[in-house]
Amino acid sequence: MKLEKRIELQEFALRVRERIVPLASEGGCFLGASLSAVDMLTYLYTSFLKIDAQHLDDENRDYLFLSKGHDVPALYGIFVELGWLEPERLKNHLSVNDHIYWHPNQHIPGVEFHAGSLGQLPAVAIGVALEIRLRKGNNRVVCILGDGELNEGSCWEAFLVAQAKQLSNLIFVVDRNHFQANMATEELIPLEPLQDKCQAFGLQTYRINGHDFDQLEEVFTQLELNQGPSMIICDTIRGKGLPSIEARADRWFCNFNSQEIADLLDELHQIKQADITSQTIVAR
Amino acid sequence: MTYEQLLQEIATHDQRYVVMTAENRALVRNLPGILGDRFIDTGITEQTMMGAAAGLALRGRKPIVHALAAFLTMRAFEFTRTSIGIPNLPVKMSSFIPGFLSDGNGPTHQAIEDVAIMRSIPGMEVFAPADEDDLVKMLPAIWETENPSYVRINTTSNQYKHTNYELGKAEIVAEGKDVTILTYGFMFENSYHAMLSLEEAGYDVGLVNVRSLKPFDVDMLKALIGKTQLLVTIEDHFLTGGLFSIVAENLVSNQWSIPVKPMALDAHWFRPARLQEVVEYEGFDVPNLVLRISKFIQENQ
Repeated sequence: MKLEKRIELQEFALRVRERIVPLASEGGCFLGASLSAVDMLTYLYTSFLKIDAQHLDDENRDYLFLSKGHDVPALYGIFVELGWLEPERLKNHLSVNDHIYWHPNQHIPGVEFHAGSLGQLPAVAIGVALEIRLRKGNNRVVCILGDGELNEGSCWEAFLVAQAKQLSNLIFVVDRNHFQANMATEELIPLEPLQDKCQAFGLQTYRINGHDFDQLEEVFTQLELNQGPSMIICDTIRGKGLPSIEARADRWFCNFNSQEIADLLDELHQIKQADITSQTIVAR
Repeated sequence: MTYEQLLQEIATHDQRYVVMTAENRALVRNLPGILGDRFIDTGITEQTMMGAAAGLALRGRKPIVHALAAFLTMRAFEFTRTSIGIPNLPVKMSSFIPGFLSDGNGPTHQAIEDVAIMRSIPGMEVFAPADEDDLVKMLPAIWETENPSYVRINTTSNQYKHTNYELGKAEIVAEGKDVTILTYGFMFENSYHAMLSLEEAGYDVGLVNVRSLKPFDVDMLKALIGKTQLLVTIEDHFLTGGLFSIVAENLVSNQWSIPVKPMALDAHWFRPARLQEVVEYEGFDVPNLVLRISKFIQENQ
């Protein structure tokens, strides 16, 4: 990747994170899961997918299904930066006057499908991929999964069907941030060796650093879309960009006060480390 | 005309239709070769089939999905409610062996709460044809709508020739002053013969083939108030949430008053056996229906 493009993507992702952090107040949001997905979503929306919120009825466009759902603040941030969503609307987070809440929904232009019930969207993505094949189209369908979401048996059922139907236009992406709700995945329901498992299910599987734009570009541009469904495991850090909440089991759902948000925005810009005292809320 | 012939005719003429099955091919054996890529068997994966049906519908198709009633409604319920119900996508569910039709399978395969759970999904339409003649008369109108639907598939045959179907309307088979039987699906035939026996015994008996459980034909119910002394609901479904509940809900919300006696499976799974033996054992054969209904009439006088 050229230096200018890498810098451009890094700046874009930083602006997206600036949009996300304030959503972790006045009711809060799933901040850590959103920050881990920012870089992969930034790459996909700016450099890989052919999706335009103005032309969602284009039969030949690509699709991105956000199955894990908790990371929808990342989508909100990206959609604002892409000009699809007015930045003022983010002030309506958790207001009954808008549709900006903890899980994706189709009232936000660009959100393909409502999500939040884990393990649902791999099947929906299969249906869209099958329909595209009925029309002999080349559109690509990306389905973003959480690693905790892989506890759900329906994900693995969908992998079996995607492989059986040889859906080469279907790309699963796992945000492997190594945490599920309250603890590390490997402490509760171990997933490793995840790449071997996915490979054994017949998925064309790759494993990369999900915060490295060069690796993202390399894997997505070299993907062979004629050899059945793919699986890109993106190793990420929950809370990426905010060292004071990174990779911490007790920073899942975050609801901070305004001073903490201001401090976290400083931390995002590496001005100073935030002093966080608000407890995380785990009962979600 | 059979279910499969009708489906073939409709799907051949309209490319929007996609036929799906979770490896339940009993009703669609000949369609793979005819529909080609528009026949999709996802294997024994009711959840993935329903989710994929949502995806196909999202791109403009109308999937007609097939699986055993118990698994189609219950294994896949959240996929139906969440991926099809919330966006109200036109996925058309064909459920095989609902109610008593699962005969010797046992309680794992008994769908006798299907009407209750499917009608709880906003936008979901719920139908139960009396037999194959009724089924093929009802399906074109059911599949025509842009709402999701659930049909208790019933390919049994009998001599009765049904009237043409109007979406959401019941079939008034007979009017009667002493009692009116409301029934749906497989219980229609025995209810019909019970009506004839009761008429011979001197009672004036009405019979309604409800056909559409949701939307429910409220006008039909309204017309019965004051015209008949008693309603009897007959269904191969749990007492909870089926036709008895639907009738009760409509009577209460409209403040209409009439006695209603239910004949349903009261909080128990039925004894698995050959179909005729099941029906007799559970008290839904013609002699038992006649006995129970005449007792209801006498108690009501």
